[in-house]
Amino acid sequence: MSILIDKNTRVLCQGITGKVGQFHTKGCLEYGTKMVGGVTPGKGGETVLGLPVFDTVVEAVEQTGADATMIFVPPAFTADAILEAVDARIKTVIAITEGVPVIDMVRVYEIVRRSKSVLVGPNCPGVITPEECKIGIMPGYIHKKGPVGVMSRSGTLTYEAVWQLSSLGLGQSTCVGLGGDPIVGTSFVDLFRMFQADSATEAILMMGEIGGTAEEEAAAFVREHVTKPVAAFIAGRAAPPGKRMGHAGAIISGGKGTAAEKVAALEATGIEVAAGPADMGTAMQRAIARKRR
Amino acid sequence: MKIHEFQAKEILRKAGVPVPRGLVARTADEAAAAFKELGGKLAVVKAQIHAGGRGKGTVKTNPAQHGVELVKNAADAAKVAGNLLGQPLVTIQTGPAGQTVRQVLVEEGCDIARELYLGIVVDRAAAGPVLMVSAQGGMNIEEVAAETPELIFRERFHPDTGLLSYQARKLAARLGIKGASVASAEKFMKGLCRVFVQQDCSLAEINPLVVTGAGELLALDAKMTFDDNAMFRHKDLAELRDLAEEEPMEVRAGQAGLSFVKLEGNIGCLVNGAGLAMSTMDLILLHGGSPANFLDVGGGANVQQVTEAFRILLSDKNVKAVLVNIFGGIMRCTTIATAIMEAYQQVGFNVPLVVRLEGTEVEEGRKILAGGKFDIISATGLTDAAQKVVKASNAA
Repeated sequence: MSILIDKNTRVLCQGITGKVGQFHTKGCLEYGTKMVGGVTPGKGGETVLGLPVFDTVVEAVEQTGADATMIFVPPAFTADAILEAVDARIKTVIAITEGVPVIDMVRVYEIVRRSKSVLVGPNCPGVITPEECKIGIMPGYIHKKGPVGVMSRSGTLTYEAVWQLSSLGLGQSTCVGLGGDPIVGTSFVDLFRMFQADSATEAILMMGEIGGTAEEEAAAFVREHVTKPVAAFIAGRAAPPGKRMGHAGAIISGGKGTAAEKVAALEATGIEVAAGPADMGTAMQRAIARKRR
Repeated sequence: MKIHEFQAKEILRKAGVPVPRGLVARTADEAAAAFKELGGKLAVVKAQIHAGGRGKGTVKTNPAQHGVELVKNAADAAKVAGNLLGQPLVTIQTGPAGQTVRQVLVEEGCDIARELYLGIVVDRAAAGPVLMVSAQGGMNIEEVAAETPELIFRERFHPDTGLLSYQARKLAARLGIKGASVASAEKFMKGLCRVFVQQDCSLAEINPLVVTGAGELLALDAKMTFDDNAMFRHKDLAELRDLAEEEPMEVRAGQAGLSFVKLEGNIGCLVNGAGLAMSTMDLILLHGGSPANFLDVGGGANVQQVTEAFRILLSDKNVKAVLVNIFGGIMRCTTIATAIMEAYQQVGFNVPLVVRLEGTEVEEGRKILAGGKFDIISATGLTDAAQKVVKASNAA
């Protein structure tokens, strides 16, 4: 088992005829992901990397049986692409695109939450269930199959954490990049719920960052509902207030959303918090060891 | 993106949201002319800089002069404008160096009965825009939120329907607005919410919002920032950007498609990915050093962009050592290694360089660097990198 995606997941790429979409579709194919087609309005009937291209998502679903999609369309069209995938009843919608206006996501979020689809992102590296299915832009080879569920608001920081875990012999069940925007489809709380219910996941590692209160909400949820060992890292202790640190969501505003507040909330819940970014893998080890005692 | 008060008020005026009459002046003479043009007995001269706290802020070389001043005749308007223009204004938000005043807003005075607060942000927890009001006008809303949160009232609204009439009436009632003023408040609030959505704002703040003696509502101040991600559909707003108000290194980095934030420390950082870039700063701090910047070169940067990133880093006189921390995903380590070689040839390195590479094409990248004719301190792992760069910065 795993969460969101596995070896049977059939994947579309929306924006497959674009340079970036094509590049990463190739990467996913090489990893062994069951890519079944792509969608680009106006380019139906073409083939890319041997995969059929459709004009609409609903046609692609009807003809390929796709149940997941990765979205690489430009920011101006991302909201529409997500809603089209939801309308076609795609189960797992993963939006990689960076730079989507936040007001677009306000409209999208409401509709997605009322649907049966799960949206991951936007502005995220994607989701990977090691040795089964990779949907996104992460380097596949650093991942190893194993018991740790990984979630993060960032891309390269997730790679760093996965690298540390794999080097310590701790494989991963599924790794999810939530995305760095203020409004994203899936929260830490949603993922804690999924990982807690997943039989393949024995421990959970979370990488949060400054801005918002998603980490505090996660801590409250863990206290009530999560029995598996949890470790965490919060990026941005050195960040000054009022400045957006790369991610649109990573900003300390009005004295709220600081790393110190988040670390305190996590520690109060008994979560093992990494002292620094070099300590993420070892923090997970400590959390697992502590639970075994 | 931030804009000036006078620009925000122009947007509000066009949208039918009431603001005082005012004129922008760039010289003392223009300020005097503006006073006469407004034709009143009373005007306010307001320094236009992007930072807040202008009323309490003072001119660096002339602490008696505040950033906002009431004037009663054209000569006084000219005098105050003369004191402000071309001078750095120091406020709680500018830092000790202050921000140079390049224009002032001369605005007609008004008859103030009450001062209120009104603000809109996109609230993450509510996953939508929220209008917040408070009767504590003129005060810092963050202080009100911390000390008396029960005095702030909120209504979430849908971007497509806007604020509904009953929501506006509810908030008006909470603010103690009565009688004929309720209709005025409803019109004001709905108008501001409409502007917020139409213009893709990330913040719209009216502090204070005044109720005049005649019971009308008027935006005495206006602060507006826009969602950078939405600028592609607001070409007109892009023209309002004032580069003089921004950190030059950040402007330059932005033009090269790099995400950069200037900090006060002495260790330059070049990293791929925002999360790893933030973590690299944390790591330096953890090992007793101090980062000079946040710099995310992104996943798709090419050799030219990365070379420009080095130029920007090395142009900072505070920088005593540079740490390159790359976890190659989409970004290939070979791209970074090639850029380091290019930067060395084009810019030269006058400070020690610590490089930690991992991920895609790491071996090839290391080979490129090993072939260079200059010293690179190579590091394995994050801790090793941090220790080496902090040591190098201390030795310099």
